[in-house]
Amino acid sequence: MEKAPAIELKNITKTFGRIVANHNVNLKVNRGEIMAILGENGSGKTTLMNMISGIYFPDSGHIFIDGKEVVIASPKDSYKYGIGMIHQHFKLVDVLSAAENIVLGLHGKYNIKEASREVARIASLYGFEIDPAKKIYEMSVSEKQTVEIIKVLYRGADILILDEPTAVLTPQETAKLFAVLRRMKEDGKAIVIITHKLHEVLSISDRVAVLRKGEYICTLETKDATEASLTEAMVGKKVALDIDRADPVDPEDRLIVKDLDCINREGAKVLDDVSFTARSGEILGIAGIAGSGQRELLEAIAGLQHVESGEITYKDPKTGKAENLRDKTPMQIRQLGVRLSFVPEDRLGMGLVGSMDIIDNMMLRSYRKGKSAFLQRKEPRDLANEIIKSLEVVTPSATTPVRRLSGGNVQKVLVGREIAATPTVLMAAYPVRGLDINSSYMIYNLLNQQKERGVAVIFVGEDLDVLIDLCDRILVIGSGHVTGVVDARTTTKEEIGLLMTKSVAHGEGGELNG
Amino acid sequence: MSFILDKIIYVLANAINNGMPILFGSTGEIITEKAGHLNLGIPGVMAVGGISGVVTAFFYQQSASKNTFLMILLPLLATLLGSLVMGLIYCFLTVTLRANQNVTGLALTTFGIGIGNFFGASIIKLSHSELTSVRIDETSKVFKATLPFASKLGFIGELLFSYRFLVYAGIIIALVCAYVLKRTRVGLHLRAVGENPATADAAGINVNKYKYVSTCVGSMIAGLGGFYYCIDKNGWSNDNIGPFGWLAIALVIFAIWRPNLAIFGSILFGLLLNLYDLIPALELNIKFPHGYDKLFKMVPYIVTIVVLIITSARKKRENQPPASLGLSYFREDR
Repeated sequence: MEKAPAIELKNITKTFGRIVANHNVNLKVNRGEIMAILGENGSGKTTLMNMISGIYFPDSGHIFIDGKEVVIASPKDSYKYGIGMIHQHFKLVDVLSAAENIVLGLHGKYNIKEASREVARIASLYGFEIDPAKKIYEMSVSEKQTVEIIKVLYRGADILILDEPTAVLTPQETAKLFAVLRRMKEDGKAIVIITHKLHEVLSISDRVAVLRKGEYICTLETKDATEASLTEAMVGKKVALDIDRADPVDPEDRLIVKDLDCINREGAKVLDDVSFTARSGEILGIAGIAGSGQRELLEAIAGLQHVESGEITYKDPKTGKAENLRDKTPMQIRQLGVRLSFVPEDRLGMGLVGSMDIIDNMMLRSYRKGKSAFLQRKEPRDLANEIIKSLEVVTPSATTPVRRLSGGNVQKVLVGREIAATPTVLMAAYPVRGLDINSSYMIYNLLNQQKERGVAVIFVGEDLDVLIDLCDRILVIGSGHVTGVVDARTTTKEEIGLLMTKSVAHGEGGELNG
Repeated sequence: MSFILDKIIYVLANAINNGMPILFGSTGEIITEKAGHLNLGIPGVMAVGGISGVVTAFFYQQSASKNTFLMILLPLLATLLGSLVMGLIYCFLTVTLRANQNVTGLALTTFGIGIGNFFGASIIKLSHSELTSVRIDETSKVFKATLPFASKLGFIGELLFSYRFLVYAGIIIALVCAYVLKRTRVGLHLRAVGENPATADAAGINVNKYKYVSTCVGSMIAGLGGFYYCIDKNGWSNDNIGPFGWLAIALVIFAIWRPNLAIFGSILFGLLLNLYDLIPALELNIKFPHGYDKLFKMVPYIVTIVVLIITSARKKRENQPPASLGLSYFREDR
């Protein structure tokens, strides 16, 4: 006789405005089983899990717990049904101890000693290492994650959902976590782990469900799956896009990055020995799972991120002289005569000032021009009007604050400004994120025009179809390492997908099984 | 020997008395700040608390039948009510409407001191008094009553039992607040709200309720400080409470957000505040140049600045202000 699954989803659909985040998703998780949910960024994994944990409410579909249909309207309901979610971003209070965080929000008698004993009991049951009295701010990321997991166990959860738990862990910590998860599985808990790392799926899960662009694709038995079959299910068939791609004309080396190492604010290594060359008249694509170091790479080149070691060299197209850009501020880079344009990922944070109008935002690049104490407003005004006209920016006027414009129009203003500076290197991070089809194509055309002008374009993207059809070469990075450089004209999505999820870290696959 | 002891007791009693309004204000501000709200309106809250009590006491004194119990109870209730209203105004603006806390607080200070001055001046006019202050001698006499046996217990009695009941109340309130913050579930939740409201919210804590209650209770405690000051001076005179409010806010930092440390801090501040008065009273036979009192009056403020520098330079996380102090919380902003 087959047991009722711990949790079962039937035909779950969720839309945000016009975007379909989940469409007719079916999922079944049994007790004593680890289920992996695999998908690219934006495939709807987290949205789906947020519906189970009560953060979002599905538009249609049914959720069953132990065979009974339930309505999960809030995180409280989900606790009631024994569902515990461990988010990617920890919800912990830094100055409180582990035990204090674990009992936070509970009612009844307040006895931190007893709570600490219970925490220690749970920890020893599953093989966690934790000091209940340790303050969160003194903990490593993996210790914080342990606190989060114990928090849901303390509240009696027997269905655990972990949202990309290994993204922040070292291979050794991942191995430890997996050992704990296996013990929980033996204890009869149902575990769902969201991930996009294929080798982890293969090492930890019993079954794997694949999502792609909000659609439920299939559920596979892990023992029958291989990296190749999973990649194919995850990235799908190639969709042809109609982007005109000219062949590069006499490419020459423009920007040379060598052995770049960077450390982020938390002290983790985000770029490890990154080397590549961007050539003039060529679009270099950068592919990778979000947060693999793309942002830091571009910011390091732009002079916004501290570089631990390595070299960034710029070859001047006129003189052929090599300039070192490392450890220079954006101002110093500009004074060297390097014409570097940067379209950052965070448009209204780093790119434009939301409460200023289009003209003033143009001036952010030209305010040093002119000799008198007064600003010259004519040139930026002309430029703003020119961009509005040529890029078809939909705005009431050039004096409208940019935050009132739609995402696509904001991006046109930003890209327009950066291109107007006649750059020799143009870096764009996710320039079409959140844009509709027409705006996206306009951006692709602008990038192509720049390429034909002889600019070295660096394009960080997430849609593999676009990367393959737009770029000339694609640099793939995985957790801060360059995992490959491929020719966009001959590569396949599967090849890039495998490179994105490939880990170059010291032979971890073996350890994970231990 | 007893001469020196007497001096010590005199200085100490004076310091405790002077520091008491600061202690009330600072205890109130600590629990407000623990919920993540920087209430710079404390001087105004203290002024409103003080004037509410004084006005009530003034009119009750003029009534025909006077009851000692009511003479204590009515002004205290009026003080609590007056400062509660100020707390509610602050909460409504900063919690519900999410107005800027600094601006709201400063406006509340100006407003509160203005209210105090307005009613103070009106009553001075009403009473056709020659004085520039509202006298509530009868009431303050009742409030200033001390334990009758204190003076009979010699040194220990003088040191421990010779104060007004509001002094003990102030110290007990501070100790209770310290206990609640450190040892109870309510305190844990309150600290979580001030540190990381999003996390507290996710844990099922009603963030706005905690913010409202702690800010209002904090205002009421601070209001008592304003009333204590008026009792000490036997009445209300305009513009006098403000500096105590600012010192109370400074003391919060000095006491690194711990009400129990604020007790000692308030005694120190009280001592420094009256240094100019104490030095000659001690008859130490030291010759000071003319105008020295002006210099001594500056000392508490200089100490506050020094303390701010020292505490700001200290790195320990537990001694830092609550992480979300001064920031509004809106669930959908996450």
